[in-house]
Amino acid sequence: MTEHVHRDDFGSRLGMWLFLVTEMVLFGGLFIAYSAMRHRYPMEFHQAGAELNATLGIINTVVLLTSSLTVVLSIVAMQRGDKKRTIGFLSSTLVLGLVFLIIKAFEWSAKFHHGLYPNAPHLATLPPGEQVFFGLYFSMTGLHGLHIVAGMGVLAWVLYMVIQNQVRADRYVHLENAGLYWHLVDVIWIFLLPLFYLAA
Amino acid sequence: MTAQPSFLENTGSRKGILAWILSTDHKRVGLLYLYSMVSFFFVGVTIGVIMRLVQLTTFQHLVTAQTYNALFTLHGVIMIFLFVVPGLPAVFGNFFLPILIGAKDVAFPRLNLASWYFFMIGATLAILSLFTGGGAPDTGWTFYAPFSIKTGTNISLAVFGAFILGFSSMLTGINFITTIHRLRAPGMTWFRMPLMSWALYSTSWIQLLATPILAITLVLVILERFFGIGIFDPAKGGDPLLYQHLFWIYSHPAVYIMILPAMGAISEILPTFCKRPIFGYKAIAYSSMSIAAVGSLVWAHHMFTSGMSNVAQMVFSLLTMIVAVPSAIKVFNWVSTLYKGAIDFQPPLFFALSFIFLFCIGGLTGVMQGALAINIHIHDTYFIVGHFHYVMFGGTGFAFFAALLYWFPKMFGKMYSKKAIYASWFPMFIGFNMLYFGMMILGMMGMPRRYYVHLPQFHWMHVFATVGSWFLALGLLGFFGTLLYAIFKGEKAEDNPWGGVTLEWTIPSPPPLRTSKRFQPSPRAPITSRRRTRRD
Repeated sequence: MTEHVHRDDFGSRLGMWLFLVTEMVLFGGLFIAYSAMRHRYPMEFHQAGAELNATLGIINTVVLLTSSLTVVLSIVAMQRGDKKRTIGFLSSTLVLGLVFLIIKAFEWSAKFHHGLYPNAPHLATLPPGEQVFFGLYFSMTGLHGLHIVAGMGVLAWVLYMVIQNQVRADRYVHLENAGLYWHLVDVIWIFLLPLFYLAA
Repeated sequence: MTAQPSFLENTGSRKGILAWILSTDHKRVGLLYLYSMVSFFFVGVTIGVIMRLVQLTTFQHLVTAQTYNALFTLHGVIMIFLFVVPGLPAVFGNFFLPILIGAKDVAFPRLNLASWYFFMIGATLAILSLFTGGGAPDTGWTFYAPFSIKTGTNISLAVFGAFILGFSSMLTGINFITTIHRLRAPGMTWFRMPLMSWALYSTSWIQLLATPILAITLVLVILERFFGIGIFDPAKGGDPLLYQHLFWIYSHPAVYIMILPAMGAISEILPTFCKRPIFGYKAIAYSSMSIAAVGSLVWAHHMFTSGMSNVAQMVFSLLTMIVAVPSAIKVFNWVSTLYKGAIDFQPPLFFALSFIFLFCIGGLTGVMQGALAINIHIHDTYFIVGHFHYVMFGGTGFAFFAALLYWFPKMFGKMYSKKAIYASWFPMFIGFNMLYFGMMILGMMGMPRRYYVHLPQFHWMHVFATVGSWFLALGLLGFFGTLLYAIFKGEKAEDNPWGGVTLEWTIPSPPPLRTSKRFQPSPRAPITSRRRTRRD
């Protein structure tokens, strides 16, 4: 049968955008929880926020924003048919993602060191509002971290396809979609930064 | 076209079951869903019948109180997450949406098959949770905090199963929205789409916008159980009420995920058997969308006794009344379609009319509960149980049966025995009303839901309801037995046994593997409202 292979890049992007909507709503649930709790404990959130290292948070923001830039640059390079640069930019995104995770790991371990983690004996002595703050902090940054890992997985897979020439200058919708996902992860972080690190 | 083999025959290189479970064909995926869902449905029915038996005190030694808790939890989880939520969209949506709009398949066929796998994995995990860990979950299907956080039973696995099922539902939604936006055949404009497509479109948007909230809520329950993050724990500054809000932000719109496609199927069936166009096509299409919109804003009517502010209660009560308006629009349009129609009385119409009758009872009792004063009295009683079974089973369930009867000849190319279907309708309908109307009366009398034992004054009504459950189960067995028999031994069905005018009736029964390029919708009139000639 001479079957015409159906291809609809617009449809693929639409599907990706719809998926991003579900991700937004997923985090939306957590943002609702955050708003309700912050409304209830404004002072406690202020105090607990001071425990977080704003400098590291801002450094991580810069790292993530740069990684989004390199994704865009890789798409531009792909449009121009420059495979070598596409690979270079994609790899740098992956490296920046890793840097983000390493900084995050340092942050988290510092919190653990200070006994500021759920169910810790020290945390239990703090006022309830601060306990909730750290519950939310670990849930939200943890879930975000998982998304970073997932995004890196997707980008690594696309990188592999670029190397294999399955993603080419005439069909790069996979790259675009992976980029969209990475931008979403980035955008969510933009909201997490002020809500936690700048809450003090 | 006649030379083409049907989709039921294996033509590819794969043999046996592999040709089915690895197929990305939307028709095969639809049938995979149908088979797995009907199996789960019967597991749910069995649990339901056992629960009714427990209420006859003579049978109470069958299960302990703890097992009873597990039974109603599992009955709810199975019926809701494995049958009514995926119900019509996954079976008839997959099978007929592409055909109805003149597409070859859904937009993402592989994702579609993946959704079925997610469905099966989620289902397996939910059922595994019965036998592993600290015992079967005993919280009820709502998993209310703080009990779901404190109980030693295997909540985490069950909740994770529901999380995966949500994923399946969301991916189906993404698939359908993209399909409807991108793959409509030339000439198939938005307002020429059959109403089933409109219903699936609005359903998909709810799946997309509501399910992630459930996902995150369930994730928080798991985090709470493993790490004690404290968001729902008052001792740590959290709030169990927040759980209820987040849960119902999904689970109330989920009710419309269940009922909207059912309404879509009814809107297809009625005009076919009345031999006239549907009354108020646009009103029905828009009411689907407005149910989806307003239905997302009424969740807290499940929480009137949970300690919200008075203002919140009144606002949600008002919104609950408002959401009844678009539902009523649909009912009036269906009844107007019947008016002066040349009614051809066939089994699908019979079940569609039962749907309207039962849905009206379910819907009107729903409005009644939206009133705050009544709600306080009947909250958490059997009245609620009766009400939502009228909507979910009398509504979605009967619409599912009607849709199955309507499309069965197309899906399998076989016709069932109409007499046997009528014969099983009677015990089903009578048993249904005995069981669930009985429950509503019990609730009015004050019988609380989810109780293992009851006071003596409730006993006679429990007996009445339990006898009803036997009739109902008998009818269901007869119904599915008839269809199963027809698959193997039924007469060959015509391509268009009911005289329908939508696109699925223009292709052979069962459809060929590839359904393409045959569709040239009339450029003038909406497909669903073409004048029909009286058939004698």
